[in-house]
Amino acid sequence: MSLSNEFRDPDLCRNLLEQIQHLADTPFRFMEVCGTHTVSIFQSGIKSLLPENISHLSGPGCPVCVTHDSEVNTFLALAKEDVLLVTFGDLMRVPGSRGKTLKAAQADGARVNVVYSAFDALQLALANPSQNVVFLAVGFETTAPTVAATLKVAAQQQVDNFFVLPMHKLVPPALQALASDPEIRVDGLLLPGHVSTIIGLEPYMFLAGDYNIPAVISGFEPLDILQSILILLRMHKEKSSAVINNYKRAVADQGNPRAMEVMQEVFKPVNTAWRGLGDIPASGLSLREKYQNFDAREKFNPAPLHTESNPGCKCGQVLKGKILPPQCPLFASVCTPAEPVGPCMVSTEGSCAAFFKYSL
Amino acid sequence: MCLAIPMEVVSIEDNVANVEVGGVKNQVRLDIVDQVPAVGDFVIVHAGFALRCLDRQEGLETLKLFQDGLGLELIK
Repeated sequence: MSLSNEFRDPDLCRNLLEQIQHLADTPFRFMEVCGTHTVSIFQSGIKSLLPENISHLSGPGCPVCVTHDSEVNTFLALAKEDVLLVTFGDLMRVPGSRGKTLKAAQADGARVNVVYSAFDALQLALANPSQNVVFLAVGFETTAPTVAATLKVAAQQQVDNFFVLPMHKLVPPALQALASDPEIRVDGLLLPGHVSTIIGLEPYMFLAGDYNIPAVISGFEPLDILQSILILLRMHKEKSSAVINNYKRAVADQGNPRAMEVMQEVFKPVNTAWRGLGDIPASGLSLREKYQNFDAREKFNPAPLHTESNPGCKCGQVLKGKILPPQCPLFASVCTPAEPVGPCMVSTEGSCAAFFKYSL
Repeated sequence: MCLAIPMEVVSIEDNVANVEVGGVKNQVRLDIVDQVPAVGDFVIVHAGFALRCLDRQEGLETLKLFQDGLGLELIK
């Protein structure tokens, strides 16, 4: 049997589910911290097939959802400057403090371009030399090296009309914040596959070593996820904890040292605020001195609106796994994918949006 | 947002690879890929950059998994 058949084979899925059901004789709560896992677990039907004893929580795994109000307000303030804003499409509908979005700013005359790659943003700057171009740099460790590589090219070519607004977030410090919060009880963690492609296994070791939390790096196919849940459950039952790489076809244990080197050459870790989780030490990235002339904050000094959280929105508690989306008073009433109030409903990878779309 | 897709390298010019999957062609940069791929290799692509090389066998296997989800015939 070929490997691909094994990964989607219904009999194998059923077999894994039976093993999970057999082991799940006590409550077990696992959390994933990757929007692609969130969507895959709902879309594949795994959510509805898991035994009642197993609870699935979606943690802070969607970069759009964890972007803090103050950051949203900062880029909305930048939209008022004489610049061409360039962004991944994900940010277009994220509401700031007064419900304003980039899409609304665009309707008011702001110039906002959606691109697929940070490098496309640099090419826009090269094609429009008289125009200041600002790229909104969101994303975890998967995305940050692509922005760093783009900035290295911009520096080599001495481009003086290209800037970035760094809003990157790092996954391991957020996991540390979750693991050390006594109010959050998680029995196992599904670790994000493509973040791990870059950072490898080592940055997660503290989860098992310091907090006794079993953790498994997982791929995104149904069998990847079921198998990872089973490994977590086994460790939980045996009261053992380890960090295991269950996505070896895409993740080397040492990660991608070349990408890490590029990221570290351009960026340095800084404290940053996460929606829902608050300030977390060394969990964001800012530009190193050599690259500071590309920093949109320094160049334009945007004055953000005062941060006012959206009344009633419980995205923060959803992101910590303290409540499930339907427990938010706004869910599916005033907050829907068509008219989102909070970012967890805006992003297709947000847990509220996934709940709304896939739950019966 | 960390979605990444395996694509086949069709040709390479300097630091850019022409890649293809299911008839979709794209150009990706090789600045941060773990090792420089050869034509015929599969690379995991995210936001216009190759992140990592897969060997051909692994790439084909991973691609086959996406076929069902996308309803496309990616591999002939």
